[in-house]
Amino acid sequence: MLSIKNLHAKVEGRDILKGLDLEVQAGEVHAIMGPNGSGKSTLVHILAGRDGYEVTAGSVSYLGKDLLSMVPEERAHAGVFLAFQYPVEIPGVNNVYLLKAAYNAIRKHRGEEQLDAMDFLAMVKAKMQFMEIDPSFLNRAVNEGFSGGEKKRNEILQMLVLEPKLALLDETDSGLDIDALKVVAKGINRLRSPERAMVMVTHYQRLLDYIEPDLVHVLAGGRILKSGDKNLALELERRGYDWVLAEAAA
Amino acid sequence: MATEPQNVEKLMRGEYRHGFITDIESDTVPPGLNEDVIRLISAKKNEPAFMLEWRLKAYRHWLGMQEPLWAHVKHPPIDYQAISYYSAPKSKRNAPKSLAEVDPKLLETYEKLGVPLHERAKLAGVAVDAVFDSVSVATTFRKKLAEAGVIFCPFSEAVKEHPALVEKYLGSVVPYSDNFFATLNSAVFSDGSFVFVPKGVRCPMELSTYFRINAANTGQFERTLIVAEEGAYVSYLEGCTAPMRDENQLHAAVVELIALEGAQIKYSTVQNWYPGDENGVGGIYNFVTKRGDCRGANSRISWTQVETGSAITWKYPSVLLKGDNSIGEFYSVAVANHYQQADTGTKMIHIGKNTRSTIVSKGISAGHGQNSYRGLVKMLAGAEHARNYTQCDSLLMSNRCGAHTFPYMEVRNPTAKVEHEATTSKISDDQLFYCRSRGVSTEDAVNMIVSGFCKDVFKELPMEFAVEAQRLLAVTLEGAVG
Ligand SMILES: Nc1ncnc2c1ncn2[C@@H]1O[C@H](COP(=O)(O)OP(=O)(O)OP(=O)(O)O)[C@@H](O)[C@H]1O
Ligand SMILES: [Mg+2]
Repeated sequence: MLSIKNLHAKVEGRDILKGLDLEVQAGEVHAIMGPNGSGKSTLVHILAGRDGYEVTAGSVSYLGKDLLSMVPEERAHAGVFLAFQYPVEIPGVNNVYLLKAAYNAIRKHRGEEQLDAMDFLAMVKAKMQFMEIDPSFLNRAVNEGFSGGEKKRNEILQMLVLEPKLALLDETDSGLDIDALKVVAKGINRLRSPERAMVMVTHYQRLLDYIEPDLVHVLAGGRILKSGDKNLALELERRGYDWVLAEAAA
Repeated sequence: MATEPQNVEKLMRGEYRHGFITDIESDTVPPGLNEDVIRLISAKKNEPAFMLEWRLKAYRHWLGMQEPLWAHVKHPPIDYQAISYYSAPKSKRNAPKSLAEVDPKLLETYEKLGVPLHERAKLAGVAVDAVFDSVSVATTFRKKLAEAGVIFCPFSEAVKEHPALVEKYLGSVVPYSDNFFATLNSAVFSDGSFVFVPKGVRCPMELSTYFRINAANTGQFERTLIVAEEGAYVSYLEGCTAPMRDENQLHAAVVELIALEGAQIKYSTVQNWYPGDENGVGGIYNFVTKRGDCRGANSRISWTQVETGSAITWKYPSVLLKGDNSIGEFYSVAVANHYQQADTGTKMIHIGKNTRSTIVSKGISAGHGQNSYRGLVKMLAGAEHARNYTQCDSLLMSNRCGAHTFPYMEVRNPTAKVEHEATTSKISDDQLFYCRSRGVSTEDAVNMIVSGFCKDVFKELPMEFAVEAQRLLAVTLEGAVG
């Protein structure tokens, strides 16, 4: 589904990604771990099409298409979704309004009828209930004044509504209390299916206790230094990253 | 909301959609201003003597006045002798009595503007008094209004048919000597609307006027007067647009509103005069004096405006809160894109006890646009327990535009309360990326954010107008981010 080959990227003239390779098949859940500042957010931002990154080499193919040549909304239409590490506040724009615009834009792209307002609302409300979000959040401005945990929950709500094919989750577990972590994990697990893939950036094993990854990768120095199964995450939790870096240097 | 791809490029250029010129023979007075021109205007309109006297008084006063320089706008000096002060479409018959008699070309113009008179009248129950250049050419629903006792007619007609009412109220809110542009208007005003809603009557429909400047080098000087007697209610809508021309055109209108005891007047404007092109060439100079007088106790006057057009806007709809417990409101969205300059705001003058005023101003600046809010809140000594709330927000859409706020407050009564809140925000790349990553295009994201920003003003507009305002804003701001 997603094939990243030898990706090199610069930010503000600095090399951040230096030959990154990653293969993700439909149905898989990948966890990406790695030290702060190693380029994890950079990677998912580039995949979602954010400005400000200069790709100097390499390629990304998504469902057979050249992902890097598509604008962000085209990627969204094609089923790419990014849950932000820092969700953005948009004062004045209702949460439900953005959701509806996004949902209809994606349906329109697929050549589907727009859902009428009542059906849409019923669908969103059911999903909010599942995510244990109060209905009052529908009419609040997007992320404005939301607590850290509420923002993350809202990201997963958007994901449940938009039903992407490839979900990129950037530290969706950060800042969550124990109960919220369970709810968010429940939301992510609900979307797990043989047609979908997920790439989760995380620092902690605790998320992986709830969402079992097929593969775990260590991103450091702008490359995937090591990949393994779920046991790699447990080992990282015990031993930190130094041994991976040392192994790679050797 | 979604835009077809083939239109995007056109929309990105934000072309002025109402820029066409109607080819009709018109009856235009040669440029220049002197007493003879004023006498000629008055004679062409068959005005009674009091009207001519008033015009001449204003003209003589104007000769000794200076153009005001305090506004935060820049423009080359205006040559008042180069302007033609009267232009009327020349019809084969003297004056059309019904729609059927109206020049089809003219009706076509309205069609292009999106004001199909008959349609609109039928569908929306709106009576339209269409002012084409200087003379009102068609008025609908007069009969239904007449049954309710409401007078809604071109100003020039009111001067002839209701001279006592006109003489009683004209200039009673904006005196002929008020300010440079209002005084010029008083001398040369061409036409406009007159509304009179008698005691206890709730006007059965929204009243609407579309103004349009057509002939080249003619100034447009409308004069509008709305009187709501005791307990009466009226909602008046004004839409403005003008064709594209390279030269600048002057528009100096005067609007006077009078609300007697317990009366309410809602005045809504969607102004889309030609703003000039993206290099700042051409466009309307819009110097307007709008003032409402809450003359009776418990009266209420609301100004709601969405201003997307004009090269320069100089406009401060105001309310004199004379009656005890009277209420003044000002809700405004002003856009300054490309090289537009907007200096707009309001004045709330609290005179009576327990008077209240609310000011909500939303300024949007894009391109090289300069947007200034200028507001005065004055609490006079007798304004016991008067209250004002002002909220003044600016949205910036580029790094080259500007937003300026000039709030003035004068409080002479210790029990009066004035509150002022102001914010400035910018549409950020992060916000746009966030929306785009959800599948929403940049244009739609901008529209969504701008509509959200203007929500508090749009909800004050009558429904059909709110939709139009939103569409207008979207067209005006296409491609404006960055
Ligand atoms: N706009 C920018 N300007 C300058 N440097 C940037 C910019 N964006 C990212 N960087 C730098 O790129 C590097 C990688 O950042 P990135 O956000 O991808 O790290 P991360 O792996 O997600 O870290 P964390 O675990 O802390 O979230 C960091 O050193 C960061 O400072
Ligand atoms: Mg990060």
